[in-house]
Amino acid sequence: MITLAHVLTLGAVLFCIAVAGIFINRKNVIVLLMCIELMLLAVNTNFVAFSRFLGDPAGQVFVFFILTVAAAEAAIGLAILVVLFRNRATIDVTDIDRLKG
Amino acid sequence: MISEYFPVLLFLAVAAVIGIALLVLGNVLGPKKAVAEKLAPYECGFEAFEDARMRFDVRYYLVAILFILFDLEVAFLIPWAVVFEDVGLPALVAMGIFLLILTVGFIYEWKKGALEWE
Amino acid sequence: MTEFNTRDLVTILPELVFLGSIGAILIVDLFIKPSQRIVTHVLSILALAVTAGFVWSAAPAERVTAFGGMFVVDMIATTLKLAVLLTTALALVYGRHYMQERKLLVGEFYLLILFATLGMLLLVSAGNLVTAYLGLELLALSSYALVALNRDSAIAAEAAIKYFVLGALASGMLLYGMSMVYGATGTLDLARIVAATPDVQHPNLLAVGVVFIVVGVAFKLGAVPFHMWLPDVYHGAPTAVTTFIGSAPKLAAFGLAYRLLEDGLGGMSPHWSQMLAILAVLSLAVGNLFAIAQTNLKRMLAYSTISHVGFLLLGFVGATPAGYAAAMFYAVAYALTAVVAFGMIALLARAGFEADEIDDFKGLNQRSPWYAAVMATIMFSLAGVPPLFGFFAKLLVLKSAVDAGYLWLAIVAIVFAIVGLFYYLRVVKVMYFDDAIEGGTLVLPADRPLRWVLSVNGIALLGLGFASGPLFAWCNRAFGL
Repeated sequence: MITLAHVLTLGAVLFCIAVAGIFINRKNVIVLLMCIELMLLAVNTNFVAFSRFLGDPAGQVFVFFILTVAAAEAAIGLAILVVLFRNRATIDVTDIDRLKG
Repeated sequence: MISEYFPVLLFLAVAAVIGIALLVLGNVLGPKKAVAEKLAPYECGFEAFEDARMRFDVRYYLVAILFILFDLEVAFLIPWAVVFEDVGLPALVAMGIFLLILTVGFIYEWKKGALEWE
Repeated sequence: MTEFNTRDLVTILPELVFLGSIGAILIVDLFIKPSQRIVTHVLSILALAVTAGFVWSAAPAERVTAFGGMFVVDMIATTLKLAVLLTTALALVYGRHYMQERKLLVGEFYLLILFATLGMLLLVSAGNLVTAYLGLELLALSSYALVALNRDSAIAAEAAIKYFVLGALASGMLLYGMSMVYGATGTLDLARIVAATPDVQHPNLLAVGVVFIVVGVAFKLGAVPFHMWLPDVYHGAPTAVTTFIGSAPKLAAFGLAYRLLEDGLGGMSPHWSQMLAILAVLSLAVGNLFAIAQTNLKRMLAYSTISHVGFLLLGFVGATPAGYAAAMFYAVAYALTAVVAFGMIALLARAGFEADEIDDFKGLNQRSPWYAAVMATIMFSLAGVPPLFGFFAKLLVLKSAVDAGYLWLAIVAIVFAIVGLFYYLRVVKVMYFDDAIEGGTLVLPADRPLRWVLSVNGIALLGLGFASGPLFAWCNRAFGL
């Protein structure tokens, strides 16, 4: 029997992986974009679980909006990445260090 | 009141532990027997034609970006269509406005030449 | 389900008008030549003015909600909207010359700013977690793109990717907190969340939600320790974009904090006020101390922003209407000062010369006594020297913190305000006592509206200082005092 606690734990684990990914990842900016996407999906898991548990569809409607905003976010992230690559010819996280102080 | 925040602390600890554990596990447990076949890119049984890590044309990203946007915005149509009988005329007008805004975006990308491949 | 109601459309009319104008401007801009960009410029400012007119004339005396509580219009929303629209218009006037000199005056500059403004209007009127999130993201996504507007600048691209990653992280945190609050209270409506707070079944769930929401809001405000993006973004973005990002969004961030923490989580105020007090102390300390070490004026102003966020949070720690009123006054005063501070940098910049180093202001008094005086007024106002606008703003938040029983916090704030005086005065010192690197009188841009509006804005900081009594009375009235 899958209870709310199980799904919330899944959401929390996914969220943790995403946050840890953002802070630990030192290689590739694309991986950062994937982590951000994973974070939003973890939140969606939570919302759907609560929505089902509470019998209130509003949570699922919110998920719909989060999904579309996440798509726009990914689009802008990719576009910025293309600009960065044009200027630097690299998307290595450790190379993004020109602004300091 | 402080005790109520124990779960938050626990959460942060779990976050750190899981993040580090997964990286360490992958490194420690993963077998590292590199043989030529294993390192070769898989291409449906063919010999690889070219380097799998080739760069995509930047125009591909542009199309991908535009696709993902319109693809997901149109997803709003499905739930609307399912309950259309119940929500009636105001929802029809609202969806009309939504599609009008999408059309404005479409005119913009068309006029900017984002849809031209050459 | 709430039935559709035409009165709802009247409530949201200013936003509808604004959205319609943006759509029209987008289409018009597509069909004009780049040399006719002035049309877009005028239309954008006109759209902001007309929207402000609608906001003003449609302002209800009482709190009105629309679309089943999704959208709230009250005097707080009206005040913030008017301030946002005014600040945005100023940023557009100040930015035109800078962008034109760099061949960056594209239609997207205007459209992204207008969409961001629409997001802010929605955000300060949010009555539901969904509207708050959508408004916030419309603002954030437009801002990311604005920072990367100069596609040939490596530092702008770097600033944009940092802004994007940390901004998305903040949104994720905020959303995770929202999902916990939703799970604990069973509703997304802010008014119902606050009503359901006293008897939630799982207080732990709500407590976790509060922590994540505070972290998300702190990220968006730029409070320490969630401030890493701010100096890089202010420094890396084109100055005209920094003028916008550094001013109006601070008003929206205040609106976000107020709507989520007070309208939604007001029942949890003993929890979040302590967290905000810690954030305030850290922001005051880090902002003021790091600003001293900066040689780049945009970066210095970024750290100064962080310290101002600390002051803004002083108004929140008491969780009283008087405190919020003082914080709103502070936000308005800061936005109007920051916009002209960055505007000054844009004024002095020419093609190939950014004028964003503090040394670039050396001897400004010899070259242009008038603009040196304007810049000195701005710096004194930011530092909080009486009788300027910034002084009264600081005084009012300090008073509200003392009244709320946070005397120690007020003392910390005063100590760091005195530390802050040092780096603001350094700018004044180089203008009046150092010799100019290049001689002769200052070559000013031909853009007459830029020079005039900027001068009026700078001097208004003095006038608004004297008029702060009625303005503060207005803010108090917005919070029912």
